Formats: sequence, C-alpha cells, structure tokens
Amino acid sequence: MAEMLSYIERKSPIHNLTGATKLLCFVMWSTAAMLTYDTRVLVFMFLASLVIFQISKVKIREVSFVLILILFFLLLNNIAIYLFAPQQGAEIYGTQTAILTLPGNYDLTLEQLFYQLNITLKYFVVIPTALLFIITTNPSEFASSLNRIGVSYRISYAVAIALRYIPDVQRDYKTIAVAQQARGIDLSKKEKLATRIKNAASIFTPLIFLSMERIDVISNVMDLRGFGKNKKRTWYGYRPFQARDFVALGLLLILLVVSLVITFNDGNRFYNPFV
Amino acid sequence: MNGKLATKTIVAIGIGVAVFVILNRFAAIPTGVPNTNFQVSYAFLALMAVVYGPIAGALIGFVGHALTDAIVWGSVWWSWVVVSGFVGLAIGLVAKKIDIENGVFGLKEIITFNVTQVVVNAIGWMLIAPSLDILIYVEPENKVYVQGAVAGGFNILTVGVIGTLLLIAYAKTRSKSGSLDAEA
Repeated sequence: MAEMLSYIERKSPIHNLTGATKLLCFVMWSTAAMLTYDTRVLVFMFLASLVIFQISKVKIREVSFVLILILFFLLLNNIAIYLFAPQQGAEIYGTQTAILTLPGNYDLTLEQLFYQLNITLKYFVVIPTALLFIITTNPSEFASSLNRIGVSYRISYAVAIALRYIPDVQRDYKTIAVAQQARGIDLSKKEKLATRIKNAASIFTPLIFLSMERIDVISNVMDLRGFGKNKKRTWYGYRPFQARDFVALGLLLILLVVSLVITFNDGNRFYNPFV
Repeated sequence: MNGKLATKTIVAIGIGVAVFVILNRFAAIPTGVPNTNFQVSYAFLALMAVVYGPIAGALIGFVGHALTDAIVWGSVWWSWVVVSGFVGLAIGLVAKKIDIENGVFGLKEIITFNVTQVVVNAIGWMLIAPSLDILIYVEPENKVYVQGAVAGGFNILTVGVIGTLLLIAYAKTRSKSGSLDAEA
C-alpha cells in the first residue's frame, strides 16, 4: 500500500520551533500565497520556501512519493485549464500576444502561459512548507499547540485522538481487507462495477462498525477518568515559547504584510508585465 | 451538555477523522471515469453526522479532509476542505429529525435523509467549492463548475446508495424503544 507522510524526528532549527509557531507561520504563509497573484512575490516565496526546506534537513527522497503525485495533479490541472479556458490569461492581462496559431479559440498566447505559470507557482509556494509542517511537527505536541493558540482543549484533544488512531485504523483496514480476500473477495478491476462496490462494502462496513464500537469504549474510559471536568488541562508534549519562536513569527508577519502591500498597492492582484 | 461538548462527541470526531482519512486513502472505488472515484468516505461522513450531530459532522468533514490533503498530497485545498465541513454540518443539522438512536429509520427517514443530502451536496460542490476556487485561485469558471458538478454528482450518488445502506445497517443495531412486550 502507498505510503503516507508522517513525522520524522531529527535535529534542525525548524524541528526546534514549537508546534504553535509552525502552525501560525503556516497559516500566515498560506494566507499570503492565497491572496497574492503577484509573480514577483510568488517567485520570492518559492525561493524562500526552498531555503527553509534546506534548513530543515529533510531529504527530497523522503517526500518524493508525494511530490510525484502533486506534480502529476498539477500537470492535469494545467491541461484542464487550457482545455476549458485557453484565453483566460488574455482576459486577465488585457492583451493578446499569440505565439502559436491553433484552430478555434485555442491560439497559444504568452498571457495564457504566464497566467498558468502563476497558478502553478501559487501551488508550488505552499507545497514545501506544508510538507515541512507535517514532517517536522510532533503529533502530540501539535494538539497542545492548537490549545495554546486558542482552540478549546476538547477540540484539540479530538485532533490528538485522530492523529493517534490513524495508524490503528489503517491496520484494521488492512486486516479486514486481507481476511476478506482470503475468502475469495476480489477488489481488482476484473470484477464488474456493481460486484466491486459490493465487495468493497464487505471491507468498509465492518471497519466502520468496529470504529463506532471503539468510540463507545474510548469515550467511556475518558468519562471514567474525569475528562472534561476542569476548564483547563496540561499537556505532556507542551513546550514553552523561546526567542527563536518570536523571531520566526515576526519574520512571517513581515512577509505577510509586505506581500499584501506589494500585491495590492496598484489596485490589482495581478502583476502585469504586458503593459 | 450545557454548551460544552460531550466526551462522546469529542471521541467521535477523533476516531471519525481517522476513519475518514483511511477511507479516503484506501477505500475509493474507481468509477471507470479516469480520476473520479466513489468516495466512500462521504457516505461515512453522512452516517457520522446523522448519529453524532452537526458539530461532529462539521469537524470530521473539515479536519478529515484537511488532514487527508496534507498527508496524501502534501498541501491543502482549502476551497474544497471548507465544503466537506459544510456538508457534515448541514446533514447533521437536518438529521436532528431522524431518531436513529432508537432504531427508527424507515421510508420517511430515508426520504428526509436523501432529500437533504442531495440539496446539501449540490449547494456545497456545485456552488460553494467552485466559487471559492475562483476567488482564491482565479481558475477558469467553466472548468471549476464542470469539476464541481462531476464531484457533486458522484458524491450524491455515493451518499445516496452507500450512506443510506450504512444508516439502515446502523439502525438495525439499535434496539427500538418499546420493542419488548411483557408476556401475559
């Protein structure tokens, strides 16, 4: 079965930041990336994210399986955009510089290439930081961080349970799948669609009901131990803020403000090199 | 409950998110159309929203989708994550009318559930998701609306068939109130 991303323990400046810092930084970073469409800002953020990735000591091959998936998705997305709206770029930038004449509405324009480059950059800017956030944040510390930045501890605990139980549920899923396959249930494309749905149901139905029983057991145990009785709780994975956390937050805040100023000071989200 | 979340809801959110992620990752049934799957996870989301209520539904959808995106794709498509949360919330709100805990899930409830899920999925995937895509990414309008329509259509189908079956199965595990008779 395909791998999934998870926490990798290592010593690096990025790992040393507290989970709360990383979460806030990631939120500011993606807000900036979502709002801006300014190529200069995007290019700068992309380069910066590569530098941060380098600092984190995470190796490319540790995330390559995800990168391939993303690149494939972006390629499909770009093709779809071109098929559906070959003149979107010309519309946004207001000019039309055809470099290749194609039948119908499909003239390839510089504006379109530039627009699609920007869309791709917009995704690219978030990918390294999102990967880093997942790989460098310890799950139990993450729950305490959520609580720290104002999320109620009950919700934070729900997230902690989710992260804690994903491997368990995955194991259950595999066990059930293997057991059903041993009984001769075929999930491959050889079966007709209707049969395949029925066969898949023989795996996910037990998984779902098993998990619902688990909800009963766990919530009873938590109630018996007095969960939710007090207004606050302490966290085993809690780490106090240090100078480096404030530095990181400060830098990100500056980045967010500057990127917004650059993006919006000419009254338009787009950087237009064509006029 | 007095404003605080019940322990059961909290655990339901936690385990629900875990199951949602795993179903998303492993239990998608290919439809035959490239890159489009029957996402069993949305049938599961509907079940959880009906059984554990709107808050559980909203958070399982929102956190579950964000987490799936993050650990499978390495980045989060917020426009669609928001919609998953909305779907869970809305189904949960209407489901207050369905007394599933006492094993009542007959024809009337099946109709209520399905009308709700069709409306909610349609609003979510065909209206909210594409609009957010345009707002955030300025993607071409016709592309995102076609995407939304396809995704919404398949989700309606999945929740309608698999979700309904799951709810019927769940209702059968509950004992109906007044199902015992004193023997004379």
